[in-house]
Amino acid sequence: MELQVIMFGIARDIVGDSKLKLELDEGASVGALKKHLIDGYPEMGRLKSISFAVNTEYVDDNYQLSDKEEIIIIPPVSGG
Amino acid sequence: MAEITFSKAELERYSRHLIIPEFNIEGQRKLKAAKVLVVGTGGLGAPLIQYLSAAGVGTIGIVDFDVVDDSNLQRQVLFATADVGRPKVEVAKERIEAQNPFIQIKTYNTQLTSENALEIIKDYDVVADGTDNFPTRYLVNDACVLLDKVNVYASIFRFDGQVSVFNHLHEDGSRGPNYRDLFPSPPPPGLVPSCAEGGVIGVLPGIIGSLQANEVLKVITGIGEPLSGRMFIFDALSFETRTLNLRKDDNNPLNGKNPSQTKLIDYEMFCGIGQESEEEKKVKEITVKELKAWQTENRDFQLVDVREGYEYDIANLGGELIPLAKVAEEVNKISSDKEVVIHCRSGKRSADAIHLLEEKYGFKNLYNLKGGILAYADEIDHSLAKY
Repeated sequence: MELQVIMFGIARDIVGDSKLKLELDEGASVGALKKHLIDGYPEMGRLKSISFAVNTEYVDDNYQLSDKEEIIIIPPVSGG
Repeated sequence: MAEITFSKAELERYSRHLIIPEFNIEGQRKLKAAKVLVVGTGGLGAPLIQYLSAAGVGTIGIVDFDVVDDSNLQRQVLFATADVGRPKVEVAKERIEAQNPFIQIKTYNTQLTSENALEIIKDYDVVADGTDNFPTRYLVNDACVLLDKVNVYASIFRFDGQVSVFNHLHEDGSRGPNYRDLFPSPPPPGLVPSCAEGGVIGVLPGIIGSLQANEVLKVITGIGEPLSGRMFIFDALSFETRTLNLRKDDNNPLNGKNPSQTKLIDYEMFCGIGQESEEEKKVKEITVKELKAWQTENRDFQLVDVREGYEYDIANLGGELIPLAKVAEEVNKISSDKEVVIHCRSGKRSADAIHLLEEKYGFKNLYNLKGGILAYADEIDHSLAKY
């Protein structure tokens, strides 16, 4: 299935775009998406705490994704 | 609340609050009785302090160890040009007292640390976190959870802002999610830039700091629905906004299922600060004074600048521009048969470049300019703009 992931903060710098389209197996989990992103963008793995929200709900690694949902990556931000 | 009274001048000043039906004089009394601690007097802290004091929060504490810098003025509109060099808390107190003489300001011209945080925070009802680094973010969060204080959080980066209300007290006595539910582990140092490193659009802290101030007022007065258990995120560039629902993490070391942390820790160490400097030390270095001597004696060496082009335009030392991300691609431009000095803004990126060049390409002739162009501007050429 094709997924679209919306990036905020430093994730956008790492990926080089505010939106990323990618192809994952049907029913793939957030954990699988995370692994896919880290394989493509090793800096993503260094972030340690990347949070994912699906349709405005924070979800954990076990959550099963579908292509109808909006997926957002929220990395930590420290500036003030 | 009945014992809190107002003078005629106060009633007139706050009249626009008093005539809002759900706010009224009861809300104003709660504000006057409240004690709010604002941590950090930067981009977020400045609007926070201005709106909280104007609104009539009775006691406001402000913590900051810094002085006003030229680079603050693009966004921190609380400060004026003539304030540059003065302690921020001192200037803030002056401005606030001129704006609203009916409130109390308490200043702490110090850095919030694991040693003083509990002592400072314990006297306040609500904390507003406007700090600019991860160790202090975790410190403020943990201190608030340990002391049962509400932490009104916001942070900014370039065009992005985040706001939430952490550790909010619910009617059933439970507490809402906190920072550690959201971000259990800090990113390694240097990966997520601060505003000083990555920049920030000047109006963003005004927007986000004002939202943060509004949440503080809601928490104090109990009106509306505070942003507890939710996080607001804002991308000013695309005007994308989201309000995301948070949840508590059973593994939260402070108040999860099996709490393991009952006091404050060393947050610099927790965030890995100081642990990478050893790696930086492993590269050969020269000081800006040595570089100046090399230049004066016309020594045959190459100077390479690994910053971005837009940084080069602000100030440069005439080095050959090869941005860090392009170093591998343009490795043939770097001499291997004479000494090469590599520099960036502060010495961090140039050390990374040297590591890469030494490990992947076997260079042995590279020197890192200690302190980067900032040190050169401080010690050698005062006409260079610092940024």
